[in-house]
Amino acid sequence: MQTGTDNETRIVIAGFGGQGVVLAGNLLAQACVEEGKNVSMMVAYGAEMRGGTANSTVVISQGTIYSPVVVRPNIAVILNTPSLEKFEPSVTAGGLIVANQSMMNRAVKRGDLKVMMIAATEIAHGLGNVRVANSVILGALIAATSLLRLASLERAVETLMAQKKAALVALNLEALRAGFAACPS
Amino acid sequence: MSTQTAKILMKGNEVMCEAAVRAGCKFFAGYPITPQNEVPEYLSWRLPQAGGVFVQAESEIAAINMIFGAAATGFRCMTSSSSPGISLKQEGISYIAAAELPCVIANVQRGGPGLGNIRAAQSDYFQAVKGGGHGDYHLIVLAPSTLTELYALTMNAFDYADHYRNPVMILMDGILGQMVEPIVTEEYRPLFEPTEKDYILDGCKGRKPRIIKTLHLQPAEALVEVNRRLVAKYKRISSELKLCEDFQTDDARLIVSAYGITAQVSKGAVLQARSKGLKVGLIRPITLWPFPEAPFVKAAKTAEKFLVVEMSNGQMIEDVRLAEQCLRPVEFFGVGGGWYPTTDEVLDAIEKSYPA
Repeated sequence: MQTGTDNETRIVIAGFGGQGVVLAGNLLAQACVEEGKNVSMMVAYGAEMRGGTANSTVVISQGTIYSPVVVRPNIAVILNTPSLEKFEPSVTAGGLIVANQSMMNRAVKRGDLKVMMIAATEIAHGLGNVRVANSVILGALIAATSLLRLASLERAVETLMAQKKAALVALNLEALRAGFAACPS
Repeated sequence: MSTQTAKILMKGNEVMCEAAVRAGCKFFAGYPITPQNEVPEYLSWRLPQAGGVFVQAESEIAAINMIFGAAATGFRCMTSSSSPGISLKQEGISYIAAAELPCVIANVQRGGPGLGNIRAAQSDYFQAVKGGGHGDYHLIVLAPSTLTELYALTMNAFDYADHYRNPVMILMDGILGQMVEPIVTEEYRPLFEPTEKDYILDGCKGRKPRIIKTLHLQPAEALVEVNRRLVAKYKRISSELKLCEDFQTDDARLIVSAYGITAQVSKGAVLQARSKGLKVGLIRPITLWPFPEAPFVKAAKTAEKFLVVEMSNGQMIEDVRLAEQCLRPVEFFGVGGGWYPTTDEVLDAIEKSYPA
């Protein structure tokens, strides 16, 4: 799927603090490094708190990235309802919303967006840990777009988590693959 | 950590730290403040690993005075903070400049005035460039606009500091500090031949004692002499160290000028304007002091207008006007307080300013 009006893909990943939006942003960025793509990632660093909303943004390009700041994303990865409220209006027309159906109490209102709902938390629960819902939804994102290869994301999990979170590598790989498989084609 | 030829993901604040460590920084003192907190966090483990000392000081004022001490004893040293914290350090900075000691001071600027907010800003330009502390002194002020440049300039900062015996400020902002990009951590290559520091206080056994001081009461002319020496040094720095990027200015009718992350955003806008057939160029000062006037003088001969873009109410614009000697109109796009421009907004400003 082609996203973005230029060669740049601008992604926002948003959810509650603790849902792993920072890790998800880091994984996407690392996957870009694995593929030799240019990437710029930022985490919202306002007065975030546990349970509040948090987001990270990722800009991916084959060319030079001139601004790391994402104002109008063309992809929004939404992990909870408050984040849908916040970011649905800013997505560019024709853009994509990948949303965690398990945490959504309403549908996407706009008619000019592609929408993919995925029960990420339920799938993660089935794998034994709801905290990997972020990896599930990343897997689905990769399946829904031709943004990055699943193998690059798998390598990113190994690169970023092998040292400090080695015990969680296998689970996150499983979550990525489950999300990838769950994406309706 | 060995030399990486592969790209690794790093946050701007960490990029600066890694470069500092590799350039031989052996002492850091600082006090936490957003958006530069990754600096003390990273150096707290990385500096000891490289045989250095990390101190979380009790205040910004304590930290800058610890830097005074470390520099006086000959160690490459660094402190960092963000806008309100840098204001607190000004007395110490003036003292270090007066004592002609080398050190690196990073300001990851945030919104002001006052305690402001924690969003990115460029409102401390005057403070950095015109002297935020008392007395006639100058900092060498470096303004990187990408993380790759931040890495290189941080290493250079230590070299300039030692070479000129002068404090160097790295003027960043919250976006540069917080953005994460892949970078190659190149090995440190000194810019100058290392010279012996013949002024440091390292024990005077077998030699005459040395004194480093900033109070000069007697004779009456002593402080004037110090000032004359400083003037001569600043002239030398001005003649040797003016760094600037000149981008597509040759046929430009409108010259955009910006520094730091704003310059990178503006460069994207300049390219978009070019693709629309507008003849626009960019002059990006890399040293903010000494300010690179020459490219502005040259551009003013052919370009019809300048447009300065800053995340402030308009500070560098004054130096641009001085540099181009008011030959052409200079317009401004920006505001302080944590606002930042998108490439689309800069493009819009370019189209509005473009000569008819």
